[in-house]
Amino acid sequence: MNTVSGLKATGYNFAYLDEQTKRMIRRAILKAIAIPGYQVPFASREMPMPYGWGTGGVQVTASILGKADVLKVIDQGSDDTTNAVSIRKFFEKTAGVRTTTHTGEATIVQTRHRIPERPLRADQILVYQVPIPEPLRYLEPRETETRKMHGLRDYGLMHVKLYEDIARHGHIATTYAYPVEVAGRYVMDPSPIPKFDNPKMDMSPALQLFGAGREKRIYAVPPYTHVRSLDFEDHPFEVQRFSRPCALCGAEDAYLDEILLDDRGQRMFACSDTDYCEERRASGHTGLQGDAA
Amino acid sequence: MYVAVKGGERAIANAHELLAHQRRGDASVPEIAPEQIEGQLQRSVDRVMTEGSLYDPALAALAIKQAQGDLIEAIFLIRAFRTTVERFGYAVPTETVAMTIVRRVSATFKDLPGGQILGPTFDYTHRLIDFMLAAGVEPAPPAEGQPVADERVVPLTELLDQDGLIEAVPSADTDDEVGDLTRDPLDFPAARDLRLQALARGDEGFLLGLAYSTQRGYGRTHPFVGEIRIGEIDVAFEAEEVGFAVPLGRVMLTECQMINQFAGSATQPPQFTRGYGLVFGQSERKAMSMALIDRALRADELGEERQAPAQDEEFVLAHCDNVQATGFVEHLKLPHYVDFQAELDLVRRMRQEHTVGSSEEAAE
Repeated sequence: MNTVSGLKATGYNFAYLDEQTKRMIRRAILKAIAIPGYQVPFASREMPMPYGWGTGGVQVTASILGKADVLKVIDQGSDDTTNAVSIRKFFEKTAGVRTTTHTGEATIVQTRHRIPERPLRADQILVYQVPIPEPLRYLEPRETETRKMHGLRDYGLMHVKLYEDIARHGHIATTYAYPVEVAGRYVMDPSPIPKFDNPKMDMSPALQLFGAGREKRIYAVPPYTHVRSLDFEDHPFEVQRFSRPCALCGAEDAYLDEILLDDRGQRMFACSDTDYCEERRASGHTGLQGDAA
Repeated sequence: MYVAVKGGERAIANAHELLAHQRRGDASVPEIAPEQIEGQLQRSVDRVMTEGSLYDPALAALAIKQAQGDLIEAIFLIRAFRTTVERFGYAVPTETVAMTIVRRVSATFKDLPGGQILGPTFDYTHRLIDFMLAAGVEPAPPAEGQPVADERVVPLTELLDQDGLIEAVPSADTDDEVGDLTRDPLDFPAARDLRLQALARGDEGFLLGLAYSTQRGYGRTHPFVGEIRIGEIDVAFEAEEVGFAVPLGRVMLTECQMINQFAGSATQPPQFTRGYGLVFGQSERKAMSMALIDRALRADELGEERQAPAQDEEFVLAHCDNVQATGFVEHLKLPHYVDFQAELDLVRRMRQEHTVGSSEEAAE
């Protein structure tokens, strides 16, 4: 079959998607920016990577990527996790854009499960990969119902869930994908970032775009938009605190990964944002096991 | 130490090389050619074309080879290829009445105009492993009969329709644009055209299980196989430049017309209703499952109470796509260190509170 020859990477448009598809996605993005936190349905395409592995984020990135852009891709805060490597290579191959691991150098950062520690600037865009865009999904499985609830701003179910957490555990037992309210209107799923990262979304100078490929939804938080993590007056929102600094760079303000060192319970805590950690070490900061790197 | 958590580009490249090596298998055994897959594993090719939504046997065969026979992986390859193929228009709707039939059976009448044609089927074979096949014995030439081609074989449902015993074919407004699941996001409630599209590309196993559940009381539809027909049909394209329909080629299809009981309602007298299944190639299992679920999903339209999973449009359509399903299930393999860390922290805290709580209780 001679169609097979069309499969060569060179036979594809810049950044894989055809221009019509990009236009369709850009329209969805513009609508999403116009209605902060609202989930815009879009005609998600099949991508050459599996659903659930970042197809939404990849489509958003492909649609906004220009030749002059510098792309950074992270997964769990790291540039070197397998899926981040795979997505970065995909854009190197199909778009030929410059890539970087430095948050400060990137114009577009595609992420899974983290927001970089270094504050983002107004000339940067953060693209989130989203598995389940609907914050109410685990409370109400039906799309027809949840869309109605958003339309009526009927978020009682969510507040009841958070209240029940407090009644049962004494605190809200949601540690990641912690729901937020955007611009005082829509309740939004921030994607499964740890709630540690939630405050970074609030009034961020950078545009934040969210792509859910399998669920066919795009939503956005425009720059300088209020993003409030849901809470109660007597149970204000709190982020996790780590009892020790990063073992490599000594950072006390960063989200840490726990790394098992041996089978006798030895463990180490180190920055999940590898670029942040490396930059700190390069500028002379060190932790207790800093030389182990 | 810290290097241990890094994936590494080299590791990925090595893993893919190893996969290619494993795919080739024992080098002393001749390599399988896509033509062999296309010609001798037709049912696999049919499934990949149906669920991949692309009629291209050669490409499907190559995808099966590349996927080492993993059909869902092959379907995925086809889908990712299909999505990049330019779309220049819609074919002229095919009329299955004009099919060159290789098999046609009805379970509702002993004989009917056009006859029962068994054709190639696993039915009535004894499922005994044929050890002669391993030795590569040439099969006897098949018996030949009168060709049924070019003779319009009237579908059974059309015959019943004459007496008003069965609901009329829901007439589509020809000016209505046909929905396209791959170009517009699915919205609920979905129209029947989109529903049928989703079912046609839905996972055979998932649909089979759901169809089976309707037979076991979870949304009973009292079905009969009105007719199953398998055969080839011409596909044509109305080219504006030339002003007539240009034949594009022939496709093999399996169609199932399921007939279901319907008690009637305040506005309608009792009559039989329809469930419809249509797939590429030869797959009665898939076409029948599709027809059963199509009918079950018409519960709302026919004023039936929705109680079972197979009657629940959102449940069925949102979960029947195996490329979506396998992606999301298998994404659990991706690192989740960050979220797990957050949960670890929470569980530790709750355990601590639990210990403090129970020791306080003991003290009381």
